[in-house]
Amino acid sequence: MGDLQIKKQAKKYDAVIVGSGAGGGMAAYMLAKSGLKVCLLEAGYMYDPQKNVTQLKNPWDSPRRGASTKIRPFGDFDACYGGWSVEGEPFTKEAGTDWMWWRARMLGGRTNHWGRISLRFGPKDFKRKSIDGLGDDWPIGYEDVKPYYDRVDQLIGIFGTNEGLENDPDGFFLPPPKPRLHELFIKNAAGQAGVKVIPSRLSILTKSIENDAGRGACFFCGQCNRNCSVAKADFSSTNVLIYPALKTGNVDVVANAMVREVITNKEGLATGVSYISKDDMQEYQVEGRVVILAASACESARILLNSKSARHPNGLANSSNVVGKYLHDSTGAALGGILPQLFDRKRYNEDGVGGMHIYSPWWLDNKKLDFPRGYHIEYWGGMSQPSYGFSWGIENLNGKYLVKGQQKEGGGYGQSLKEDYRYFYGCGVGMAGRGEAIPLASNYCEIDPTTVDRFGIPVLKFNVKWSEHEIKQAKHMKETFKEVMHNMGAIITWGADDDEKNNWGLSKPGEIIHEAGTVRMGNDPKSSALNKWSQAHDCKNLFCVDGGQFVSQADKNITWTILALSMRASEYIIDEMKKQHI
Amino acid sequence: MDRRKSLKLIAAGALATPVVIAGCNTDDKKAESPQANDQTFNLDRNPDELKYEKEILAKEKFFTPEEMTTITVLADIIIPKDAVSGSASDAKVPAFIEFIVKDMPQHQVPMRGGLRWLDMHCLKKYEKAFKDCTPAQQIEMVDLIAYPERAKDKPELKPGVSFFSLMRNLTATGFYTSEEGVKDIGYAGNKPTQWNGVPAEVLKQYNVAYTEKEIKECISFTS
Repeated sequence: MGDLQIKKQAKKYDAVIVGSGAGGGMAAYMLAKSGLKVCLLEAGYMYDPQKNVTQLKNPWDSPRRGASTKIRPFGDFDACYGGWSVEGEPFTKEAGTDWMWWRARMLGGRTNHWGRISLRFGPKDFKRKSIDGLGDDWPIGYEDVKPYYDRVDQLIGIFGTNEGLENDPDGFFLPPPKPRLHELFIKNAAGQAGVKVIPSRLSILTKSIENDAGRGACFFCGQCNRNCSVAKADFSSTNVLIYPALKTGNVDVVANAMVREVITNKEGLATGVSYISKDDMQEYQVEGRVVILAASACESARILLNSKSARHPNGLANSSNVVGKYLHDSTGAALGGILPQLFDRKRYNEDGVGGMHIYSPWWLDNKKLDFPRGYHIEYWGGMSQPSYGFSWGIENLNGKYLVKGQQKEGGGYGQSLKEDYRYFYGCGVGMAGRGEAIPLASNYCEIDPTTVDRFGIPVLKFNVKWSEHEIKQAKHMKETFKEVMHNMGAIITWGADDDEKNNWGLSKPGEIIHEAGTVRMGNDPKSSALNKWSQAHDCKNLFCVDGGQFVSQADKNITWTILALSMRASEYIIDEMKKQHI
Repeated sequence: MDRRKSLKLIAAGALATPVVIAGCNTDDKKAESPQANDQTFNLDRNPDELKYEKEILAKEKFFTPEEMTTITVLADIIIPKDAVSGSASDAKVPAFIEFIVKDMPQHQVPMRGGLRWLDMHCLKKYEKAFKDCTPAQQIEMVDLIAYPERAKDKPELKPGVSFFSLMRNLTATGFYTSEEGVKDIGYAGNKPTQWNGVPAEVLKQYNVAYTEKEIKECISFTS
């Protein structure tokens, strides 16, 4: 290597934002619209949904017919670059513990492919300790966040219905799509099991709304995981926040910028960040009046823990020693099978929106159960676009059920086999629970003192285990799903043979990709990293607006709350800057 | 489709087995997308995967010409032409299988070994490799390994049964994800539409109906 030197960007920004997903995208949008100069750093590739297109492609457009690769673990058409392992960016785990760490490496992050399930937290979700004595209450309540949820609903757009449910609050909803055929069966079957089913709440525009992003309405191709390049009708940070923010001229995006640490001055205030550019492998620094971390819960914790200085010897924003702790993910369990009544079904286009048209919010009272907290249920099935794996294992099926009234032997070949594939197409159905775990100080990530990534940045070591609470929740999920499947006459083909040995099919920690809790907020600087404005107790011009700030994450996918809290923190920053407090 | 569920759905589509499963500086230039203007692909490929794709394409053929002949014969036995659609080889399934074993090396040994097992079995039985057997002999051979239940108590045929199941899976996946196969299976989506709910005649067939609440609240289109 020649001269190693740190290049300082001459331009000084009002804000340096690390990470461009839901939290970083919203902060960039809000600050840029208010006239502040923003530098948005992204560790992955530049990406423009208008140019980088996988939507409306046919299965044969992928040489592997949509199968997953290391670069696109959710399939070759999925819009997200990233994965459970990233080349040159290792992490480690304490023996006997587990954590699957998903990292997106692209502009917009995982918002480019997520499920668009957009659930507000309810009043109880902010005050769980007061209800069941476990974990901690948030320093804020639903009433603090409600105005921002309302604005996010209207800015970004969401469909759903106002049901007047206490802990699944009403919002500003566009009309939902009608249920698909299997969803009508599910609704009836779940109803018989006492499981509430309501229209789902997804951030997809079933009608066009006033917007500054050139967005149109959904045209029902069912491919939100490919990102809506054509109509921008679903929410992604790129389509809805970042590109509109770029139009203000107030935002500079630096892609392929892997942040090492937040730089602080003698007074302990943040002055900017240092990063390595993956393009030229040179070292850079960029300065800002505030630094906003939105790199994902674990990556933001990593940056803070790596930002050690004389004033912040335990890492930045970490005098409380909580950074990295309380790491938790949603619980998950699933099963699936087939609906015999759908054999030989009539063909029609039932793609619908990219996701379920109905779902089940948590419907039970924990006082009558042996576990705390709840879960919601997601459903799927029907006639989807064929892709790699299509009708795999037909030999387990075509001998078990009569095909057009005829008993066949399982397996086979020829014209008879072609008939079987047609006969069974579109009969699949399944469901999955997504539940709330209890955040524990004993579940954490920390810096591994022995290991660095290819940039020389010390990596994270994880130490996470599920507790009895989550395992019991998974058991309850499976029992519920079996009952719903039974009620509609479905045959379970996978996911039914769980027991205590496999934690009742409970997903691995991290697998559901809802990481949260590592930079939590609170009123007491001794037990929290941030105050209720997502602002570091120890460093007033440092903020964290991703899942890191969550005290607990409810049984609601966290994106909508990340967006609301980032909007709230952004307005606080604008206000505090005006007052010259920061 | 939820990203995670799209995998599950593949598994559900698999009907049983969940096994299947640019940078810029801020100085002077605007951020640019790394869209590879590469005519080989008509879907987004980032620089890392473009490199990977080119490595695969640059690889030598995995299967020998003899193996490819056998694969083609087997694929067309599994998916022959019928009144609805063409055969596996019409849909270029053998070329798909050649690609997929390079992309998914876990299939290489089971495919190569299975093909050789088949040839050795035919050599003993008919004194010829599978591809050189008469069509009647080929079908006689396939009948021994195409039905797992039938071969249940014949351990000597088990490797052939496993191979044929893999061959059937790869052939069906290759065929039903081709243009010809998608048309055959009757998948009607992947195009702009307006979702008005389940067609009336289908609701009637299954004796289900939308509730008044749904009709009132849900989006509907008139056109």
